[in-house]
Amino acid sequence: MAFFNVKALAVATATSAAALFSTAAQAVEIEYWQYFFDARVKAMETLIENFQEANPDITVKMTHFPYADYRTKVAAAIPAGEGPDVVQLFYGWLNDYVAAELIQPLPADVFPTSQIDAEFFPMVQAMKDGDAYWALPTAVRSLALFYNERLLEEAGVEPPTTLDEMIAAAKAMTKRDGAGNLTQVGMTAGMTAQDHHWWREGLVRQFGGEPYVDDYQTVNYNSDAGLEALNFYASLFSGDDAVSAIGFMDEPQAAFKAGRAGLHIDGSFRIGSLNDTRGLKWGVTELPATADGTRSNYSSYWVNAITTKAEGEKYDAAVKFMQYITSDEAMQIWLDVVGELPAKPSVGLTDANANDPVFGPFIKGLAYAHTTKFANESGQRQLMVEMVERMTLQGMSAEESLAIAAEAEQKILDDYYKSASN
Amino acid sequence: MYRNLTIRQKQIVWAWAFLAIPILFYSVIRFYPTGNAILISFQDWNLLGDRTWTGLDNYQKLFADPVFWKVFKNTFVYLLIGTPVSLLISFVIAYHLDQVRFMHGFLRTLYFLPFMTSAVAMAWVWRWFYQPVPVGLFNNALASIGIPQFPFLQSTTWALPSVLAPAGWAGLGFQVIIFMAGLRAIPRSYYEAARIDGVSWWTVLWEITLPLLKPTIVFIVVFSSIGFLRIFDHVFNMTTNNPGGPLNSTKPLVLMIYETAFSAFDMGYAAAQTVVLFLVLLVVSLIQLRILRDS
Repeated sequence: MAFFNVKALAVATATSAAALFSTAAQAVEIEYWQYFFDARVKAMETLIENFQEANPDITVKMTHFPYADYRTKVAAAIPAGEGPDVVQLFYGWLNDYVAAELIQPLPADVFPTSQIDAEFFPMVQAMKDGDAYWALPTAVRSLALFYNERLLEEAGVEPPTTLDEMIAAAKAMTKRDGAGNLTQVGMTAGMTAQDHHWWREGLVRQFGGEPYVDDYQTVNYNSDAGLEALNFYASLFSGDDAVSAIGFMDEPQAAFKAGRAGLHIDGSFRIGSLNDTRGLKWGVTELPATADGTRSNYSSYWVNAITTKAEGEKYDAAVKFMQYITSDEAMQIWLDVVGELPAKPSVGLTDANANDPVFGPFIKGLAYAHTTKFANESGQRQLMVEMVERMTLQGMSAEESLAIAAEAEQKILDDYYKSASN
Repeated sequence: MYRNLTIRQKQIVWAWAFLAIPILFYSVIRFYPTGNAILISFQDWNLLGDRTWTGLDNYQKLFADPVFWKVFKNTFVYLLIGTPVSLLISFVIAYHLDQVRFMHGFLRTLYFLPFMTSAVAMAWVWRWFYQPVPVGLFNNALASIGIPQFPFLQSTTWALPSVLAPAGWAGLGFQVIIFMAGLRAIPRSYYEAARIDGVSWWTVLWEITLPLLKPTIVFIVVFSSIGFLRIFDHVFNMTTNNPGGPLNSTKPLVLMIYETAFSAFDMGYAAAQTVVLFLVLLVVSLIQLRILRDS
């Protein structure tokens, strides 16, 4: 590093931040924050490298934290003028971040609303407020049905395409020991994993219902369709001919990885870890349809946004960086490294991607996917877990348990929207 | 000015100078956060936005929340089962270990090992023990001799005792060591006098050993009570998929606070729960200190 002259050094130490910018006008450094997930960090490192090559005057410094600390750190850093210029957040947190003035809208001249509306998958429009977008995703995720090829073959069944076929296939793959204990499940089950999404946005809709109304502020699954969906779901693990058990091998994905489960519903983010599992031959297909061909899926996504901390040339650099990480090229890299799906149909729905045996089913699922607007995702998931537990552990009827869950979830939503409007 | 002080006054100045350090430390590390938590309990705050005053809303919500009462009950079940049972077991072990000469050090080490093991690692190993067939150690053993599976962590009745068992076991080593120190501190001459008088084993235990162990017992009771009232890591790690489940049957107050604060981001409500926990700990400790003073 070159020597400053004495005067500049004195100024620099006195008012360090301001002075540093003026002496280092050529190189802008912006900071990017995300939570730690190995593949995401690797993908972002590649993106940053490419971006810096194209923009030699900008350097991007990435910082990542364990998921559990993420929100606390962001909340503490930005108001203090520290922390990221570009930040990653879960789509469900947007309202909180906007209300707390942690992020600023994307400039409409660089990110025109009409163009984004047209180019991105429609669910991204939840990030729009009036004529500006607050945040944009690089990738989106959806659900699909994983299957264990060896077990299917052994049972002599094909990958299922409808719910009936799914039950039949699961029955064929279920194994019990002499005492009647399950030693291999036809299908995994557990609301603690992805099943609560499958139930809400998949099954309830497939049985003709609508889980929520009023822009996800009113619970609406306490209906005939909801009851039918719950009974169907409970049939997987109740009765003597159950094809599954809650808590089998501790958690669903562990049972599937261990080759002790025939079918398993999970998100595209599971692909990487399944690929790393030795000896497991697996395939994936779209979530099963009803007999009349109705399909429904759940999608979710993480977005990137520019924080209120970014000003002046850092802001300009942040805008450029946002442009790059929401570009077609970035989306393809993200797909290849993380396994999360491109947020634009133009990238996701290329023939190569849509017909890909692994990514294809997820990408097709996006076309009929819904995105739940959660007030408190883990709290709302917990209610689904308890809805099932009241039936399995306390013998409550599906009807009654469903009503309790709906009422409790409505309370969470009411509390959230009440305090948000304050 | 300092030079004009009397020796007594100088001593006072120095005493205060030294006292100032812990006072400052406690003010910054203990009292300020405590005060702040009490303040937040009257506010609505989601960690990101502004804090707004809500008066007693959080407390009203708390006392009307059935989950809170369930959790409150669980916390006391942990305390009321955990403390006496672990006390009894550790005393029996210490009493007999004290009389064993053969491999005394080795046995003592074995009992102390669980206390030094990380609670997280231990909880996960036990979680594996408790799994249903085909992975769980206990259930596989039962199944192999034709006994039906036992729903350790999957039952609203048995989950809490199942979580409590390793938690109690983990603290056992510490209690055994303290008890043994207490036993050693009882003068031999009392026992010798008793033997000369030909007193029964039971009378020796009841009239000499236990009364003289009272300070030790009170210490262990206070210590383990606070531990069980604050139980968290064993529960959280053994039920991570469904924290405090099934149906909140294992959830202690601290876990509810954690979830309210860091999953629901309802800091005001979490702070109100913290204040309640603080009051419970205060009352329990005061009662126990009162008993200590009687001796």
